Amino acid sequence: MGLTGLEIFKQLPKTNCKDCGQPTCLAFAMQLASGKASLDQCPHISDAAREALDSASAPPVALVKIGKGEKELQLGNETVLFRHDKRFEHPTGIAIAVNDTDAVSDKVQQINKLVFDRVGQVHNVNLVAVVNSSGDAGKFADAVKTAQDNTDFPLVLVSEDPAAMEKALEIAGANNPLICGANASNLEAMVELAKKYDAPLVIKGANLEELASLVEKSGYKKLILDSGAREVNKVLADQTQIRRQALKRFRPFGYPTITFADNPDPIQAVVDAGVYIAKYAGIVVMYTDNPADILPLITLRLNIYTDPQKPIAVESKLYEVGNPGPDSPVFVTTNFSLTYFCVQGDVEAGRIDAYILPVDTDGISVLTGWAAGKFTPEKITEMVNNCGIADKVSHRKLIIPGGVAVLSGKLQELSGWEVLVGPRESAGIPSFIKQRWSA
Amino acid sequence: MAVTIAKEKWTSKVSEMVLGTEPNTVKVGGESTLPFLHFEGEIPNRPITALEVWDLEPTDWPDILKKPFEGVLNDPVAWAKKNVEYGADVVALRLMSAHPDYKNATPDECAATAKAVADAVNVPLIVIGCGVEDKDAEVLEKVGEALNGKNCLIGCATEKNYKTITATAMVNGHSIIASSPLDINLAKQLNILVTEMNLAANRIAIDPLVGALGYGIEYAYSIMERARLGALMGDKMLAMPVICFVGQEAWKAKEAKSPDDENPEWGAQERRAILWEVITATTFAQAGGSIFVLRHPESVKEVKKHIDKMMESNAY
Ligand code: SF4
Repeated sequence: MGLTGLEIFKQLPKTNCKDCGQPTCLAFAMQLASGKASLDQCPHISDAAREALDSASAPPVALVKIGKGEKELQLGNETVLFRHDKRFEHPTGIAIAVNDTDAVSDKVQQINKLVFDRVGQVHNVNLVAVVNSSGDAGKFADAVKTAQDNTDFPLVLVSEDPAAMEKALEIAGANNPLICGANASNLEAMVELAKKYDAPLVIKGANLEELASLVEKSGYKKLILDSGAREVNKVLADQTQIRRQALKRFRPFGYPTITFADNPDPIQAVVDAGVYIAKYAGIVVMYTDNPADILPLITLRLNIYTDPQKPIAVESKLYEVGNPGPDSPVFVTTNFSLTYFCVQGDVEAGRIDAYILPVDTDGISVLTGWAAGKFTPEKITEMVNNCGIADKVSHRKLIIPGGVAVLSGKLQELSGWEVLVGPRESAGIPSFIKQRWSA
Repeated sequence: MAVTIAKEKWTSKVSEMVLGTEPNTVKVGGESTLPFLHFEGEIPNRPITALEVWDLEPTDWPDILKKPFEGVLNDPVAWAKKNVEYGADVVALRLMSAHPDYKNATPDECAATAKAVADAVNVPLIVIGCGVEDKDAEVLEKVGEALNGKNCLIGCATEKNYKTITATAMVNGHSIIASSPLDINLAKQLNILVTEMNLAANRIAIDPLVGALGYGIEYAYSIMERARLGALMGDKMLAMPVICFVGQEAWKAKEAKSPDDENPEWGAQERRAILWEVITATTFAQAGGSIFVLRHPESVKEVKKHIDKMMESNAY
């Protein structure tokens, strides 16, 4: 990945011994570069060359895991700056902070409840960050114990005091917590602890330069980066630099990042966190457990990390809402899941028994589908004819979205069904049905 | 360890649009880098906020959205003044009464309202029709005339009605909003059609018909990122500032409309709803949005606070 055949060739023995099955070392290098061969096939390569090639072919942002089991959080493996180039791989982990001076058990229970259901999927926060705000090692260890006993979420242990961290790790070290963390003054001791428990470690620099030096000095590979910036404008700059440099294979920055939404203004803290989610943060630490603050962020994360090549679609088939009968209205829409769920939600809200036909537009919305030629009278007719709706209802009326009123003439002609132009927004469905529907 | 700051060498920039008249003009656009990357290029103008005023009382606004406008919801002039008090950089007048489903107001009636509002406030004006394309063409023709010389931003011009709206903008000295449904090629195409009529490229704002947080925000987000990259690489037909009708979308979201007791696990409605509008706007700011049309005054305050911070330098 990323290396040219010539760059690889430089590292090979250049003896052309053919043991790899290729006629020359250069030919082998070309095969490697195109991913058609693996390095193991050359028995003569030196260890130094192997390491150089391995690290050069490693992903630009290392994969780092936090926690164990079902709730394990994976970060890294990112390959792009913009989601339209290729999706962002691992959604930002949301950590909620608990101070060791708080009523830890209550707080953690509250965090456990930050679970939201959205179009049939469950979304939640990912980490509990226990903060050693007391400065006391014993208190910290107690808080870590209480947190661990009360939640399944992996922990972030936040203390810059190696003695406190050591105590906390005696309790939580077996569960692969994130150690947060190392800085210029405690680097050796923290790396030592991280190695002992084989746990991921945050390294914080006072700025990008110091961060790069500390990463080099640490010699450790399970890292999360903190550039030290806390103001949102500066965090944006640093996050951008770290991602850009990682993609340029500046190795010290080839790790996921952590950000802290610690703005003293509680609304601005949520806004800042939104920026971090959009702009490359591996983890964002929040100091609020108010669901009104967390729901927007979890939703934003879901949106930003959606694969842009694969819109979320529902299966294109006949759906029933409520208990529809032969006189019930038939709504035509697209199979973009949000479009479908909006229509379904508003039909339900209006307590209407109805059929919904989401036409397969490859999961794109009504107007986009229409513009792209995927939501056409032909496709709608095909679905009407094949889904069996004609046997379910005695009338012959279709309701189409108001935004595509232009389709009605052609659709009527092709399908033989009468076409009613519904509201532009699904929210208008209940009043539309009240005023306009009779089978 | 030396870290070489990675800077892109962009060759072009976003065009700069001026709204309003001296001494109260507002400028948007002109950036020669990606949003808020001060370390890399110039960001001469900050993104701006607009607050909506309707020419009839909205029926489907939740109470928390009506509350700040109590007493003025029936009076567009008073409402517009209130918007200025609330700190909106510009006022966005929505001529909903023109809609056939509402009052089906005539173009002359709408023009009179627009004139009254424009005369009452000193900030620049955005005037938006009712969304019915034919009607908007008729209405904006008269509105453009009535606001001659006031250098407003009028719309929304679509593939169907852009000719009338562009013509009135040219004759009367306005800029236009060019709307196209979530497709970068359609946006570009419409900009080409409009500029072919000889309206200057810096008098067009792109409206990509954004979706709210949770309702397709990512589509417009990526279109805006691509448009900005295109602009910076020299594509003049994508270099227009982007306008985002955030309020209209955010306040449609279930998460904004649902009262405290309906989904208690979602937290209090007011905070949730305002964050829904604010985060929708600030996320688009990261993708390159320049004009945010909002509905709640609290959102204006919070978006401005955020932008103040983002406009502080982050040069290395
Ligand atoms: S096995 Fe190794 S040394 Fe021999 S030809 Fe292949 S690449 Fe060259």
